[in-house]
Amino acid sequence: MIIAERKPLAEIQSLLAGRKWVLLLGCGTCVTVCMAGGEKEVGILAAELRIARQVAGEPIETAEETVQRQCEWEYLDAVADKITSADTVLSLACAIGVQAIAQRFPTVRVVPALNTTFLGLPTEHGVWQERCQACGNCLLGKTGGVCPVARCSKSLMNGPCGGSQRGKCEVNPEIDCGWQLIYDRLSTLGEQDYMLEIEPPRDWRTSRDGGPRKIVREDLRA
Amino acid sequence: MKSGSNLERILTAGYFAATGELGPPKSAGAEVIRRKARLLKGYVDGVNITDNQTAVVRMSSIAAGAILLHEGLEPIIQMTCRDRNRIAIQSDLLGAYALGLRNLLCLSGDHQTFGNHPGSKNVYDIDSMQLLQIVRAMRDEKKFQCGEAMDVEPRFFLGAAANPFADPFDYRPLRLAKKAKAGADFVQTQLIYNVPKFAEYMKRVRDLGVHEKVHILAGVGPVKSPAMARYMQTKVAGMDVPDSVVQRMERVPKEERKKEGIRICAEIIHQVREIPGVAGVHIMSVEWEEAIPEILELAGLLPRPVVE
Repeated sequence: MIIAERKPLAEIQSLLAGRKWVLLLGCGTCVTVCMAGGEKEVGILAAELRIARQVAGEPIETAEETVQRQCEWEYLDAVADKITSADTVLSLACAIGVQAIAQRFPTVRVVPALNTTFLGLPTEHGVWQERCQACGNCLLGKTGGVCPVARCSKSLMNGPCGGSQRGKCEVNPEIDCGWQLIYDRLSTLGEQDYMLEIEPPRDWRTSRDGGPRKIVREDLRA
Repeated sequence: MKSGSNLERILTAGYFAATGELGPPKSAGAEVIRRKARLLKGYVDGVNITDNQTAVVRMSSIAAGAILLHEGLEPIIQMTCRDRNRIAIQSDLLGAYALGLRNLLCLSGDHQTFGNHPGSKNVYDIDSMQLLQIVRAMRDEKKFQCGEAMDVEPRFFLGAAANPFADPFDYRPLRLAKKAKAGADFVQTQLIYNVPKFAEYMKRVRDLGVHEKVHILAGVGPVKSPAMARYMQTKVAGMDVPDSVVQRMERVPKEERKKEGIRICAEIIHQVREIPGVAGVHIMSVEWEEAIPEILELAGLLPRPVVE
């Protein structure tokens, strides 16, 4: 899923400076599961904002709404009246949700309450880790189900650098060495011969390096 | 001969090679390079010039290499994959060759978060293995990575790094074999203080026959103080410094410590020279280049051979 975390309150306040009332719009999918921008977080943030502005002598009115997914027109359209009448929409979705509102409602001012951080998963309660960089050309079938692009700090393609020690990355002992994980998995699966092959330079056009990406499925188009 | 470099000639003739290392300055001043060059001239077969080591901005390896060449030394320029994509790398290497540089060490590069611009973006379009492959194809097939041909090809003697002390230990000899397969003509290892572990690594390397495909230069270097030894032991990823080395440095009086570091280094050179498959030593003594002649003298590696 998409993992996000809330911006500091001061930054959110600066995005709302001078605004008299704001619609806080949560999203019911990824950011609800990672507890950054669901219905509950909308309520908490709305209260924090009202209190902070009250204390500052510049009260603000808030309205709260949470839709199933901000990244689909139909869910946004269902609350179109509220969105278009808001002074500012404070989106608690990922950056896709924020941009969906900006595109669907060209005259509406929308600002983000979250920083969209990565594609990943919760590995224990309260801990999320990155797993994918959406490079557009999945290698996991060769690398034992562990991604070298996302999990090696240097995105190396041909095994661990000289900084791998005791399973950890040279960058930070909190980071597992991605290539140690790959090596262990391939050894378990009896597929470690892959580590002897030279992986040639990649074609990064499938990644962001080819420009903003788009998929067109003719079989699904109306 | 692939490049005809001095280092290639010495290794090919079967001499035990000795290379040194020089860190370019954090400035645009050429004089410091010339001064360091004079310290090393005649004592080593080639001098590595680091490419923004530990991700700290310094004068470029290629530019410093050109200055060194002018001083009559043989540079081994370094190229990391951290700061340049395949376009910039190939372009810079064409220029390096045109300037007369003949030895190239291909590296992944230290991660930029270690350096003095930790907020910078890294590149890693390719890795060190792919870099070796690309530069070998430029030399041997006169082709760029894209497949297009060139008329004057850069003919580098190609080097790679190897860390026998990094994990997974079982994979390291296989990784060296892979680097030889990718195009490495010589390798320089991480600093060796744990000689028995390096000997075990070399045994596995010989079992794979890799020592016959690539010239292996054992990395050595003097420690200046017990604190430096302890720091490398505990803080530098991929280093293996046994307690015995730290303790030996602690036992000698403060004023004797630099001498002791030099003695330990020379002893390690004697030990690694006895290990079959070791073709030379690479002495890493950045910011203490003065130590290199003394180490080589103690190790019995002077004068250096001349191979026409």
